[in-house]
Amino acid sequence: MSDVAATKIPALQLKGIVKTFPGVRALDDVTFDVRAGEVHALLGENGAGKSTLMKVLAGMYQPDEGTIEIEGTPVTMRTPLEAKRRGVVLIHQELSLAEEMTVAENIYLGELPRRSLGRVDWKTLFAKSEEILKRLNCGFGPKDRVGALSIANQQMVEIARALTVDAKVVIFDEPTASLTDAEKVVLFEIINDLKARGVGIVYISHRMDEIFTLADRISVLRDGGYRGTLVAGDTTEDEVIQLMIGRSLDLSRRQHAEVKTGEVALKVEGLSCGKLFQDVSFELREGEVLGFYGLVGAGRTEIAETLFGLRRPTAGTIEIDGKETAIHSPADAIAKGISLVPESRKEQGLVLGMNCRDNITLPQVGDLTSGPFVSDGAEIAIFDQYRDTLKIKTPSWRQAVGNLSGGNQQKIVIGKWLAMHPRILIVDEPTRGIDVGSKSEIHDLIRELARSGYAVIVISSEMPEVLHVSDRILAMYHGRVIRRFTAEEVTEDSLVAAISGIEQEQVA
Amino acid sequence: MANFHVEKPVASRGQQTARVARDIRGGGMNRDRWKTIASVLARQGILVAFALFLIGFSIFSDRFLSPENILSVMRSSAIIGVMALGVTVVVIGGNLDLSVGSMLSFSTVLVVDLHDKIGPAPAIGVMLVATLALGAVNGLLVGVARLNSLIVTLGMLSAIQGLTLIYSGGKNVDIVNQDQTWFKIFGRGTIADIPTPIVIFAVGAILLHLMMAYTPFGRRIYATGGNATAAVFSGVRRSRVVFLTYLISASGVAIAAIILGSRVMGSQNNVGQGYELQVLAGVILGGTSLLGGAGTIWKTVIGVLILGFIQNGLLLMGFEYYVQWLVTWVVIILAVWLDIAAKRGRLLSPIA
Ligand SMILES: Nc1ncnc2c1ncn2[C@@H]1O[C@H](COP(=O)(O)OP(=O)(O)OP(=O)(O)O)[C@@H](O)[C@H]1O
Ligand SMILES: [Mg+2]
Repeated sequence: MSDVAATKIPALQLKGIVKTFPGVRALDDVTFDVRAGEVHALLGENGAGKSTLMKVLAGMYQPDEGTIEIEGTPVTMRTPLEAKRRGVVLIHQELSLAEEMTVAENIYLGELPRRSLGRVDWKTLFAKSEEILKRLNCGFGPKDRVGALSIANQQMVEIARALTVDAKVVIFDEPTASLTDAEKVVLFEIINDLKARGVGIVYISHRMDEIFTLADRISVLRDGGYRGTLVAGDTTEDEVIQLMIGRSLDLSRRQHAEVKTGEVALKVEGLSCGKLFQDVSFELREGEVLGFYGLVGAGRTEIAETLFGLRRPTAGTIEIDGKETAIHSPADAIAKGISLVPESRKEQGLVLGMNCRDNITLPQVGDLTSGPFVSDGAEIAIFDQYRDTLKIKTPSWRQAVGNLSGGNQQKIVIGKWLAMHPRILIVDEPTRGIDVGSKSEIHDLIRELARSGYAVIVISSEMPEVLHVSDRILAMYHGRVIRRFTAEEVTEDSLVAAISGIEQEQVA
Repeated sequence: MANFHVEKPVASRGQQTARVARDIRGGGMNRDRWKTIASVLARQGILVAFALFLIGFSIFSDRFLSPENILSVMRSSAIIGVMALGVTVVVIGGNLDLSVGSMLSFSTVLVVDLHDKIGPAPAIGVMLVATLALGAVNGLLVGVARLNSLIVTLGMLSAIQGLTLIYSGGKNVDIVNQDQTWFKIFGRGTIADIPTPIVIFAVGAILLHLMMAYTPFGRRIYATGGNATAAVFSGVRRSRVVFLTYLISASGVAIAAIILGSRVMGSQNNVGQGYELQVLAGVILGGTSLLGGAGTIWKTVIGVLILGFIQNGLLLMGFEYYVQWLVTWVVIILAVWLDIAAKRGRLLSPIA
């Protein structure tokens, strides 16, 4: 058994880390190390404590107990800046950029190059930023405003930040959650490049394929406790999952049993919205799951937003239950039985400062009244139901949603819209940030909903997800439906070909 | 070779021993207790401060805690209090209302002037409609046109001042027959031996508290202030919600104008000047976040009372009235600081 890296002193070592929040023991005696030049993957279910551990590492949280050593010397890191100066950089799960500032300012935030009298040295700033961006092959410049960039490019800015210092350890917390496949390739190149230059990488993800592509070692957390470390080359997906959730998972592709579909619930004809998408037509029946697959920017989210009353179509018609209608607002869409699990949980899905229960019941709070007041009992019943169905991990319904782990926040968004019992359920990247176990449960749930008569639209950039849950798949390319597949005929290759525009013929 | 390369077995003995040892040392427990105290302080800090103030002042002045004095403080706080209730609703909804002071001038001048011309009841009616119309202007500009609330209401502050002067022609107004009109009940009367302003303030506070804490509408206001986009995605009609919060704020001003007009039975064109700051101070002291989405009505009540008691206590201790302005400032800063420090567990933090 060869374990070359084991002979080196770790670049970074955590010992006996304990971190508690009110009502939660987020980390309980955790040991973790990163060696120079390795990719160390950190795995665990939603709420296992991964992000918390990394925030301890990067100086954002102070541990209650335990020690941090960098190259053998114990250190305390009181702030992220201090951690950065010691060579530890965290790239967050939830992006944390100053949207109104330029790319360059964000890259050097807190450490802007200065001239006399504390004036910012813009020339140096832009030149240095330019250089880093070039190294990353970015398609944008240092003077662009961050808020105007796509999520993927914002991610690149975060990464660029890590490259400004002579980093010893770079931590990626679910970096690919909102990246396209092409962008992922770029990211992996960067990671391998960093690795080759002797930087230690911590990589958090719920996607097993990425873990096995990248990682040298894999450590697992469960319920805040350290469960062990595996060498990637010597283990299997199954073993890792076993360690993570305590049982095996059947990840095989669904057998397509015959679907019993009902009436046409939604009929869209020639729908267009400016340059975002054009001439989109489809039918959605009760009991059916329709998948939308395509690259980010192909217009899928915009179609969903149009159906949910957030955008005005410029042409085309929408029919619900055979009647042509216009959908004026989300409130209107909800009244017509449509639910949308939006793409971005932080911006669109949740009121982070509000508690879990109130977030879940928000769309229907007006119907949960007895007299003029909201009925506490009714609300708690709904919360309890979806906490159990979706296994949401929280100390109580009173916890502010912002304090939940990323994956559990996503489950709150899903619960909120399932609780509406919509006729037409649209989910946009529903399992973003959700762990493998819960993911397959959510997929099963979507199938289950369809079987009980819901009409479901699934938008996803994850091919296995679309393949797994859909009865039919529409492939989108540049705002158009470029091909239609049924579950029986679709293959990964034909799907890839369609969405990358290799196959231009339009099949009606 | 199936290399199940677990470098550390699951929940090893060592780990368990360590945990037991920790519990025996009791360090963890002590820390937990401190955390609990800190979190109680974080949530109830304003109450603690309130209690400390009452105790402090009562040591210096034995008149301070007498029932007459307490009633008198509460009565004089009622006008600012009623306005602060409405402004709290606006602020929780994610906006500001700086126009309440000059709106109070306008409404008071209007109701007092009309009192002798068309009688008390019609005067109140007309004033109510006019005040709500001003609130509606705020509501339309901020809620529907989505303009920045600071700018809009600051502009309204000045515009309404102009409006007041145009209406009155710059002259002060008063009510001639001050003893005969039933209008005096609002500012000078009592209900069940309690001064009417206190009763109005209390009833208003209870109603708005019920609305904010227990109705769907209240929930929508919190959601809008907390994350407007997410609220819209949840089917909340944001424009309508914001619009209504400004109507509520204007109603508060109208009621305050009735109390004030009835108490003074006359009005200068600038009676309400500077009230917006006192109102905002009460709201902030109550711990309502200026970012929106957080705060409670009853804490605003306490915030307003703290302001009232401080000002009263200083007067009783023989300070000039303007000292209260400085002290008020110090108290606000301390309140805000302690509040945030308790939340993050230390006084100064590099991260917020
Ligand atoms: N600021 C906080 N206040 C209270 N509880 C918190 C806070 N941050 C994290 N927690 C809790 O600590 C636990 C671990 O959370 P953490 O974010 O580390 O999970 P994670 O492993 O990153 O999960 P995910 O895969 O969903 O991102 C969760 O139960 C979470 O609710
Ligand atoms: Mg996380």
